[in-house]
Amino acid sequence: MAIEVRDVNKSFGATPVLRDVSLDVAAGSLTALLGPSGGGKSTLLRVIAGLEQPDTGTVRISGVDATRLAPQRRGVGFVFQHYAAFKHLTVFRNVAFGLEVRKRPKDEIRKRVMELLELVHLEKLADRYPSQLSGGQRQRMALARALAVEPQVLLLDEPFGALDAQVRKELRTWLRRLHDEVHVTTVFVTHDQEEAIEVADTIVLLAGGEVVQSGSPGEVYDNPANPFVMRFLGPVTELDGNLVRPHDVEISQDPVEGGSSALVSRVVKLGFEVRVEVEVGGHEAWVQVTREQADRLDLKPGDTVHLRPVPGARSLVLAV
Amino acid sequence: MAGGTAAGLGVVVMYLSLIVLIPLAAVVWRSMDDGPGYFWRSITAPDAWAALSLTIGASALVALLNLVMGTIIAWVLVRDRFPGRAVLETIIDLPFALPTIVAGLVLLALYGPQSPLGVNLAYSRVGVVLALMFVTLPFVVRTVQPVLLELDKEMEQAAASLGAGPFQTFRRIILPNLLPAMLSGTALAFTRAIAEFGSTVLISGNLPFKTQVAAVNIFSQIEGDNTTGAAAISTVLLVVALVALVTLDLLQRWGKRRG
Repeated sequence: MAIEVRDVNKSFGATPVLRDVSLDVAAGSLTALLGPSGGGKSTLLRVIAGLEQPDTGTVRISGVDATRLAPQRRGVGFVFQHYAAFKHLTVFRNVAFGLEVRKRPKDEIRKRVMELLELVHLEKLADRYPSQLSGGQRQRMALARALAVEPQVLLLDEPFGALDAQVRKELRTWLRRLHDEVHVTTVFVTHDQEEAIEVADTIVLLAGGEVVQSGSPGEVYDNPANPFVMRFLGPVTELDGNLVRPHDVEISQDPVEGGSSALVSRVVKLGFEVRVEVEVGGHEAWVQVTREQADRLDLKPGDTVHLRPVPGARSLVLAV
Repeated sequence: MAGGTAAGLGVVVMYLSLIVLIPLAAVVWRSMDDGPGYFWRSITAPDAWAALSLTIGASALVALLNLVMGTIIAWVLVRDRFPGRAVLETIIDLPFALPTIVAGLVLLALYGPQSPLGVNLAYSRVGVVLALMFVTLPFVVRTVQPVLLELDKEMEQAAASLGAGPFQTFRRIILPNLLPAMLSGTALAFTRAIAEFGSTVLISGNLPFKTQVAAVNIFSQIEGDNTTGAAAISTVLLVVALVALVTLDLLQRWGKRRG
């Protein structure tokens, strides 16, 4: 294991932020710490980096107990949401910082920094200052800076959180590809479930300072441990006291076995997918169908339809 | 140029001319009344020269002390939490608020011949330096403080995670970001110190060749009816101040280009 966190507790004043958190991160993996704001995910990342001290519990990095080790001695690269660019230094000097501190020979530094700048596509901007870069470029610079010292683990705290949607999507794909090239054990924090599912091999869900569930994106999506996880990872709707995915609901005009009748209240066409809002058993629900299905059924507000979960649909019984 | 802008610019130029530029030009003009030879003799007269060297030397020393101490004070005020911080915040501004002659009185009472501490600095150059330190204390503190408040703490954490120890982080990350503010505060403290009159006049005793500062020398020249000589010494102070301010401006531009 590259990172082993055991029974970590951390409070800020009287507020507990992490409660008995244990976590294993496999060497070479790309793990997402996912959860709502205030769930403790950033604090956990900072505890791993040594930027916060846990009240109790231990952190081991590559088998070495790092709990009381200063951040500069942990072999950890850290990327901040707001870049933390050294604004008085050029892009080149920013990336070179960790190597200069280690007093590596000048030629070696130059070679390594240029390699990294090529990796993050900033080789032409080496002499710029951070204030002359866009947000996405600054974050790529920060990533190159963290990679320069060949960290054993790379930690990213909401790395794309400050960027606009378009750049965020690009950088996500790019991070995934970068990880496939560099293979450094990576942990990133995000509150965006789509980002976690798209980029990570392993998702660890944190809420209320506790690990709620962990597993591959597929496992966590298909077998959510509780309604909270199910709601957090994707769209849900309620059908007969069960929580189901709206794309796992079958809709038909004729009564079906095990189905329940519903009244269509609204049909919203969102490009390829169509969102059918219904009233079933006195509460509101919705079903996601394809355009083709909607056209075939000729759904209109006021129609009566019959709903049931598709065979094999994942659902959770809601406690009454 | 829009009409509003032109009118605004006109008002600014006229105001600055009336309040600053014309009086200053008049002083420089007056200093040349009896020709450059007299100008030169005025400023190289032994008492004037001694007063000028003392003023510029003491001001430079005080500016350097401020550079170090002001930065430390600003650091403690911003980064440390301790009881009485708010009181300290207010005390920093006291030298700005106090009439300088009052400052002189206080210093004389504390460090004069009747010093309750047994430290007598009256009529000594140390007394002059002390008075200048008192009145210039806020400059560096107040220029560095806002920059330090704005300084991104994550830069320091990033430096630590990249392997820099506390000293390396200070030297390579914090200091370069504070330097423009530190230097501009120092330049302001220096220009303030070379013009100081009220606070030094009591404790220094104004002994020519020993503790008389330039501003007091100018005053005594005027009392001796030598306005041209007074204007000449004033002109030297003006030029020194201008050089300090231009240097400050260049430093700030340099800082901004990097920022």
